[in-house]
Amino acid sequence: MSSRDLILGRVRRATADVRDDGTPYETAVDRSYLREHGDRTEAGTVELLAENLADYRAVVHRCAADALPATLAGLLAARGSDTVVVPEGLDESWLAESGVTRIADRKTATAHELDAVDTVVTACAVAVAETGTIVLDASPDQGRRRITLVPDHHICVVRVPSQVVSSVPQALERLDPARPLTWISGPSATSDIELDRVEGVHGPRTLEVVLVDDVP
Amino acid sequence: MSGTFVGMPAFPVAAHEAVHDSTLRGNLRHATRTIRAKRAKAVAEVSDWAALREAGKQIKDHTLRHLDRYLVQLEESVTAAGGIVHWAADAAEANRIVTELVKMTGETEVVKVKSMATQEIGLNEALETAGIHAYETDLAELIVQLGKDRPSHILVPAIHRNRGEIRDIFVREMGEWGRPAPEGLTDTPAELAEAARLHLREKFLRAKVGVSGANFMVAETGTLVVVESEGNGRMCLTLPETLISVVGIEKIVPRWQDLEVFLQTLPRSSTAERMNPYTSMWTGTRDGTAGEGDGPETFHLVLLDNGRTDTLADEVGRQALRCIRCSACLNVCPVYERAGGHAYGSVYPGPIGAILSPQLRGTGSEIDASLPYASSLCGACYEVCPVAIDIPEVLVHLRERIAEGGPATRDGNRVVLKPARGHAAERAAMRAARWAFSHPGALRGGQRLASRTRRFHPRTLPGPGRAWSGTRDLPEVPAESFRDWWQRTSGGKDVTK
Repeated sequence: MSSRDLILGRVRRATADVRDDGTPYETAVDRSYLREHGDRTEAGTVELLAENLADYRAVVHRCAADALPATLAGLLAARGSDTVVVPEGLDESWLAESGVTRIADRKTATAHELDAVDTVVTACAVAVAETGTIVLDASPDQGRRRITLVPDHHICVVRVPSQVVSSVPQALERLDPARPLTWISGPSATSDIELDRVEGVHGPRTLEVVLVDDVP
Repeated sequence: MSGTFVGMPAFPVAAHEAVHDSTLRGNLRHATRTIRAKRAKAVAEVSDWAALREAGKQIKDHTLRHLDRYLVQLEESVTAAGGIVHWAADAAEANRIVTELVKMTGETEVVKVKSMATQEIGLNEALETAGIHAYETDLAELIVQLGKDRPSHILVPAIHRNRGEIRDIFVREMGEWGRPAPEGLTDTPAELAEAARLHLREKFLRAKVGVSGANFMVAETGTLVVVESEGNGRMCLTLPETLISVVGIEKIVPRWQDLEVFLQTLPRSSTAERMNPYTSMWTGTRDGTAGEGDGPETFHLVLLDNGRTDTLADEVGRQALRCIRCSACLNVCPVYERAGGHAYGSVYPGPIGAILSPQLRGTGSEIDASLPYASSLCGACYEVCPVAIDIPEVLVHLRERIAEGGPATRDGNRVVLKPARGHAAERAAMRAARWAFSHPGALRGGQRLASRTRRFHPRTLPGPGRAWSGTRDLPEVPAESFRDWWQRTSGGKDVTK
């Protein structure tokens, strides 16, 4: 008998007293919890996102759609970045005003090569206001997962309000489980030493989020 | 992890030393009180916490009821997405499977994301015996590994170490395992974290095999979820060519939508944040989807039983399998705060450990037979549990089983347990009490005798009762029993008599 059969057999015997309760999944769970918390306007939700991102130590910037290239150029210059890894599908115009060396996100790039890069710039899939979270789904304008992991500085562009939702339930509705997803809420941190929270272990130690108004 | 918990003494003995270790107690007191307050604040922000908690409980209960169906569905969806599923009935089998899988890659090193399941089965030791080095990358697990120690908490396994001790461990041991600690390393948490970052980075960048656990597995889609703070999870899940995940069978949730409950309750209960820094979700491998070259080419999922089906068979005890490993119960427990995690003799300490370890491992050993008694039954754990596990209920249920024996399931077989040793006096006392309570004349006579002889009562009980009275004051016996007083004074009306 395979272990698979052994384990499944044990499960069936163990649950013999309760398995035939006839309650289908749809009615088994009381979903009276909230779809979102609070009652806000779209602008209020974007405000909440900015607050919560800042609370967990992301650096937050806001700008109008046509000011994005200049804003990004300013951030890169302030950081002193020379090399920037860029997802294949990132909007070309975004880095048009930045005088940096662009490194394409390639299948064959090694982790060591990424380690030498100064900054990574990406878009995002969705941002969650209640928790201050941005979610990446490896789409062409966000790139492979490792490019936002190895470099020390990540600039993420969020289009507001179209990419902003209030809550976790709403975010899950927008995301595709078949894609690899990375939920980011601030730079990396640990509380392992005396439960004292310290930022910056592995993963980018500086996370900058640019909230750019949707193109009207 | 280089120590094991085999052969640990009963909890009171194990705790005795810990209770007198003032450094440990200081560390624990500070840490648990801080996180307790933060957790309360994080939970208070969420007005529907009670509804979320109830939904979490119901999702888990429904899943456990139909666990075979969801396991089969999960296997199908993971396989369809390019993953390979293995089934491990016990720890030995899981270790064999993982060792073989690593050997097949030809590698002799693996990097590990923190996984309680791999601690439970002693994976690192098993790999070491086969000549494979497993490097822990979670900061606390790194501290435990370098210090040749054992974990003492589910979420922050090195909570029993203060910063000075951690600095000493890094300075002494890092050089043996890889890049040494920097010169002049101080004990500020920021510098310690930086030392860990540098030490581990070279391992991440060259590792070919990663080993992880998972917080959740979604049956409908085959998606696995890892919730973390440091980024070592992301490193181990995306950089290596081969990923092996060892996950307990109870970690399944039916549908994608179900994550919306746990992603709200887990971060707030564990690290007391609105959301933890990094959560990774992946399904199988990236074969055939856009942007290949992203993450492991080969993904193995090892489903682990190791006593979970035995736990599932117990009508009262099975609720322990709802656990999402947040550790809120540990942080609120007065016993854990004073005894620390090592006294529980298991990778799962604290209140959840007291009900899970004796069910996963059986109640045969000294330590497991004593764990359900490592509690004052205050119930604080139940109040904070995000999936509403009634821990006191299970503790009392397990105490019954230990004191009186009875039916249980071990390794998939129904057995009848004999009453445990060391409870004979308790059973005799209970029998005597039952007799006395059903014979009012004898009870009245006994009470009168006790009143008349009260000046001669000892402060401690003799023989087996000595341990019981050693930590309790015996009640003072009054001059007359309540019933006698009531009769004498006609219901308290005639107090001059």
